[in-house]
Amino acid sequence: MTEALLDVRGLTKSYDGWSKALGDVAMRVERGEFVSVIGSSGAGKSTLLRCANRLIDPTQGSVVFDGRDITHVRGRDLRQVRRRISMIFQHYNLVYRATSIENVLQGRLGYKSTVAGALGLFSESEKRRAFEALEQVGLADFAYTRTDQLSGGQKQRVGIARALVQDPLLILADEPIASLDPKSSRTVMEHLRWAADELGIACLVNLHQVDFALEFSDRIVGLKGGRLVFDGRPDELDEDAIADIYATGESEDPTLVPDGSGNPSVVQNENEDPSSITPGEREGSSVAPGENEDSSSVILSGARSAESKDLSGEAA
Amino acid sequence: MTERTMQPAGLRASLRGKGAVPRGSYDGSFFRRRTLAIVAAAVVFVALGAVSGTFVGFDSIKAILDVPGGLVWMATQFVPSLPSLDKLGTILPALGSTILASIASSCTAAVLAYICAVLGSRSVGVGGPVPLVVRGIASLFRNIPVVAWAFILLFSFKQSEFTGFFALFLTSFGYLTRCFLESVDEMSTGPVEALRATGATYGQIVAHAVIPLSIASVVSWVLYMIETNIRDATLIGILTGTGIGFVFDIYYKSFRYDVAGLVVLAIIAVCIACELVSNYVRRRIL
Repeated sequence: MTEALLDVRGLTKSYDGWSKALGDVAMRVERGEFVSVIGSSGAGKSTLLRCANRLIDPTQGSVVFDGRDITHVRGRDLRQVRRRISMIFQHYNLVYRATSIENVLQGRLGYKSTVAGALGLFSESEKRRAFEALEQVGLADFAYTRTDQLSGGQKQRVGIARALVQDPLLILADEPIASLDPKSSRTVMEHLRWAADELGIACLVNLHQVDFALEFSDRIVGLKGGRLVFDGRPDELDEDAIADIYATGESEDPTLVPDGSGNPSVVQNENEDPSSITPGEREGSSVAPGENEDSSSVILSGARSAESKDLSGEAA
Repeated sequence: MTERTMQPAGLRASLRGKGAVPRGSYDGSFFRRRTLAIVAAAVVFVALGAVSGTFVGFDSIKAILDVPGGLVWMATQFVPSLPSLDKLGTILPALGSTILASIASSCTAAVLAYICAVLGSRSVGVGGPVPLVVRGIASLFRNIPVVAWAFILLFSFKQSEFTGFFALFLTSFGYLTRCFLESVDEMSTGPVEALRATGATYGQIVAHAVIPLSIASVVSWVLYMIETNIRDATLIGILTGTGIGFVFDIYYKSFRYDVAGLVVLAIIAVCIACELVSNYVRRRIL
């Protein structure tokens, strides 16, 4: 096997000194590979991503990027590493006061001196490159529009354009579609997939939508309680594996009382045909305590029926 | 403000502790207890006012009865007369210098205050002891009233325009630093994180994220500061013997109430104009 682009070993992160947000996680991302990270809220997905570009310092373990150990780099070296790793955020993190193209140009800051960057002295070729990136995500018409006037999906595509002008080897996407409607979500995922296929940029994407992970990924990583519990191709991610990833044992919603005797196979059968689940059924009957339903399967069926609605909307 | 909201909450909590109504069921006495708490707070408020008034010998009935007479005196004495218009030649330049001193002190203070606020911010600052130091300095300058500053500075800089400017500058600096700290700390940190992730340096992050995100509220505060300073500058001028305050003082003390009234009218006109302009600018930038 050739050298991986991102090689994470024994990664452990503790915010408070005793509980672990990440525990001994080891994973690799190859060049041009599209990897999704799934897991319930608080499983450590965001922490994993932010350890990869050192927005968060890991407590233990090592992060090797492009053949270089970046676990302890600082200052100028860290900024040089970061400019080859782009990041995309759930809440887009754009400066809304500025136009699309200005936001995209910010992706070039890592390549500029402090003074030139601070004064916004971008070269003509950089400006053209930024406009091209906006064309690539289909937003050429909105290049000079203030970003607060854009829709959520468009904002996220500006985020992708900003990521592209960094000439990255790796794009980290932290729940890029969690705030978007199904149609915009698909557009955003397609652009990320395109970046991986056409530009050879590896993507490491946190997702809540299992169906999108299955559809777009080369490989899927499952996190549960800060530990890596699944790492494989999408076709290896069967219902049991999904149930395992989302079986937290403790539910955030107090009305969902897992009784431990959940039978995933029942849910599996339901999910063979997602359209058979109406939203009413999903919210009403399946959560009643006493029925042999695990909380994880409730989450799963929720995701599934969301997909069915999405697909029907797409067809129409 | 905090005490007023916290007091009923504490009261309610203690009453709930004693209440026999189990959690989750209807409590009929809840609204009666709340009304009682509000009435009690109002009674305490009025009593405090009455007690302190009595202590300093403030007779509110007599004061109210004096108001009509006072108004009549003002109306007859302070009306600008035709001859007083001749003095506009003295009034307007003084008014102009007061306005300019206010704007200059506000703007100078704003630049320094913004630098301090960004460096001392808890979210995007440089960390270490800086936040504490900045907050300490801001609090020191803010909590000494501008009039007290003027008195202090009079000893060092004598009666000059600079004394007034400097007094306004110091209080503005303290006040604006405090406001800018809030503005910077309250802005969303998302874009800052995004820029850190691109490998941007601190200066670049400040220029491309912190300033655009906070500029609207910063400008709004500066405009407010200019307004306040124009009002304060009048008072400071009386002390430092400069600007419109000094002109007012001269005519007031030489019993030329018609001219003094004209000065007051001019000040009022400037304050209203200033507020209108700043409201307009605020609407345009937000």
